[in-house]
Amino acid sequence: MKSLILHTATRLMIGIMILFSLFLFFRGHDEPGGGFIGGLVGAGAFTLYAIAFGTEATRKVLRVNPITLISIGLLSLVVSGLIPMFVAEPFLTGKWLFIEWGAVDTKLSTPLIFDIGVYLCVVGFIVTVIFSLEEE
Amino acid sequence: MDTLLPILAGAIFATGIYLLLRSSLILTVIGIILISNSVNLALFSLGRISTENPPLIAVGSIEPISPFANPLPQALILTAIVIGFGLLAFALALAYRSYRELGTVDQDELLKDAEDTSAGIVPRENLENGGDA
Amino acid sequence: MNGMLVLPIAIPLITATLALLFRKSSYLQRLFGLLGMGALLVSVILIFRDVQADGIQVLQLGNWAAPFGITLVVDMLAMLMIGITAIMGVVIAIYSIYDIDREREQFGYYPLLHILVMGVNGSFLTGDIFNLYVWFEVMLIASFILLALGNSKNQLQGALKYVFINLFSSLVFLFGVAMLYGMTGTLNMADLAVRLPEVENTGLVTTVAMIFMVSFGIKAAVFPLFFWLPASYHTPPVAISAIFGGLLTKVGVYALIRVFTLLFTHDTGYTHTILLWVGGFTMVIGVLGAASHVEFRKILSFHIVSQIGYMIMGLAFNTAMGIMGAIFYVLHNILAKSNLFLISGIAQRLLGTFELKKMGGLYKHYPFLAVMFLISAFALAGFPPLSGFWAKLSLVKAGLSIELYVITGVAILVGLLTLFSMTKIWLSAFWGAVPEEVPDHFGKQPLFGAGGLHILMIPVMIIAGLIILVGLNAQPLLELCMTAAEQLLNPSVYIEAVLGPQ
Repeated sequence: MKSLILHTATRLMIGIMILFSLFLFFRGHDEPGGGFIGGLVGAGAFTLYAIAFGTEATRKVLRVNPITLISIGLLSLVVSGLIPMFVAEPFLTGKWLFIEWGAVDTKLSTPLIFDIGVYLCVVGFIVTVIFSLEEE
Repeated sequence: MDTLLPILAGAIFATGIYLLLRSSLILTVIGIILISNSVNLALFSLGRISTENPPLIAVGSIEPISPFANPLPQALILTAIVIGFGLLAFALALAYRSYRELGTVDQDELLKDAEDTSAGIVPRENLENGGDA
Repeated sequence: MNGMLVLPIAIPLITATLALLFRKSSYLQRLFGLLGMGALLVSVILIFRDVQADGIQVLQLGNWAAPFGITLVVDMLAMLMIGITAIMGVVIAIYSIYDIDREREQFGYYPLLHILVMGVNGSFLTGDIFNLYVWFEVMLIASFILLALGNSKNQLQGALKYVFINLFSSLVFLFGVAMLYGMTGTLNMADLAVRLPEVENTGLVTTVAMIFMVSFGIKAAVFPLFFWLPASYHTPPVAISAIFGGLLTKVGVYALIRVFTLLFTHDTGYTHTILLWVGGFTMVIGVLGAASHVEFRKILSFHIVSQIGYMIMGLAFNTAMGIMGAIFYVLHNILAKSNLFLISGIAQRLLGTFELKKMGGLYKHYPFLAVMFLISAFALAGFPPLSGFWAKLSLVKAGLSIELYVITGVAILVGLLTLFSMTKIWLSAFWGAVPEEVPDHFGKQPLFGAGGLHILMIPVMIIAGLIILVGLNAQPLLELCMTAAEQLLNPSVYIEAVLGPQ
């Protein structure tokens, strides 16, 4: 779509939207938010870009094929489920790793990997749909 | 609410059945959508409607403030809605595809005289060229 | 707790994602297809050893205790079903190498095939009724796309019927789940089995039982809900037809066996009598439908319906012998039916059509293929010493032992009629004269050697070998089926395994 306002606004917005999607993603750890809603906002950013500059440009910006994103996302879902099996616990049991850095703690966990998988799947899925609709 | 919702679900279900029986494919899809929603509504009302505390655990506590509402029906409905959404999207795409290929949405026309049944099978010369005809 | 129980679900999922990741390369997808199904078979054998040694195996997913979390349960019935799924998976993965064209491979045939197997395995493994709904949907969405992939006119027509009927049946199933939840407040099947007898309104329980019977009946294609099956199963490529015809309807049968032995046993005089009538009509109508058609795969599709009737009949007997016969019949039928579909595919590749009128001369030019067909067809009709004989024998014995002479007589008669339509195929496609218009390669292209047909023959020979093996040495499998039937008729073992000692 040829519109100066849309092009300028998109350039400004896309970074903010992706940052916001990451914020939502990490907020989902303890509060409302998470991979699904974060992925939706992130996909919204790429959708906006696709509307402004076309799908070809968006594919270049995205660098990877969205279907690859879906498959990597699915793979991390399975992996997060399989990790606890190495310590002889059932599939999908949440395992946690606490790292203390003094002032702040870092909490790494299998639910985090699961959520990354959800994020990638949602972004990949919506961008695939938008691409095929735009290219129809 | 406990009596109103099941009646509403039943009415929507009946409407859905009526639409299913029409000959237009689009109406059939809408009928399935209505039935899907009525079943979700039934699931919601069968989980019992109550006005109690939300089932959220406050910081520092280990259980929600009782009496709290049952969150399970909503989780089930959410799952059912997502699944139903995916399947319906596919059904719509299929209906659109059939319209493009066969040029009609009337089911009597659509389902008339199937062609040669091996039409979908691609003949092969050998495997080496990747299986193309 | 047995952590391995998740493997039959996780392995196909991993394979599917890998196939999706490397979707550009046909070679890698085929390789992953074979490796994934092979790994599935190995994991199933490992689980089988545990089930054989220690009885029912249970896994509480995410370490959430039953009945709050989702439980995976493998009793002997589920074990046999995932076993046959893994065997079919391997066989179809081999057959697909030659049968599936490049375009379908690019459009995600392999990921979908693995997702389908995952859905089927999930349905067999789960011990939670809502989770069963979810697995059914996983299976359905994969099967929808597999059926519609290709976009030829008759495929679209078949897919339309299949999709809408199955969507409706899923919604009916979901409504049944909602009713169960409303009555008991639980979704875990073992917990449901404990709480359903406590429900005072038994009329409502019977109603819910009927809702489930309708929903699973549509999926299993029983009378009078079977019309979608012969209208759609003959349209996709043969590899897909074979796995649909072999496996998918049997998932419906499995679900019927599960709920009508575990949950709805309060009024067997009512529910199981209906099942008996349904089984009888399904047998007869299916076989009559087959007799009236002249298209190879359509005849086979109607026979699927007819054979489902036997399984429902065995379930309706509600005795150890009857259920054992039903389970054995399911296993035997998956083998024999899929093999007939696979053979129809080879015949079509040679003659260019599925219309019996335009076929002929297969026996003259391809006697080995004819022998393979005879083995599967005779197994389907129930000739000794093939697998179908033992399946029919146990059902007939079960029927006679509870003095249901009429339905047993019908079952034997339907067996004869099955032979009639098999003979029809044999007389025209195999013994008939070579038709005037045949593709150039007919008679010249060998089954083994140049041309690649041997890739299609390997699965056929594997299954034919299994049919003969089961036929000649039926005792071990019959005993396993008997164990499964005894476990089903004594649900307290299942309940105790899931919920712990009461």
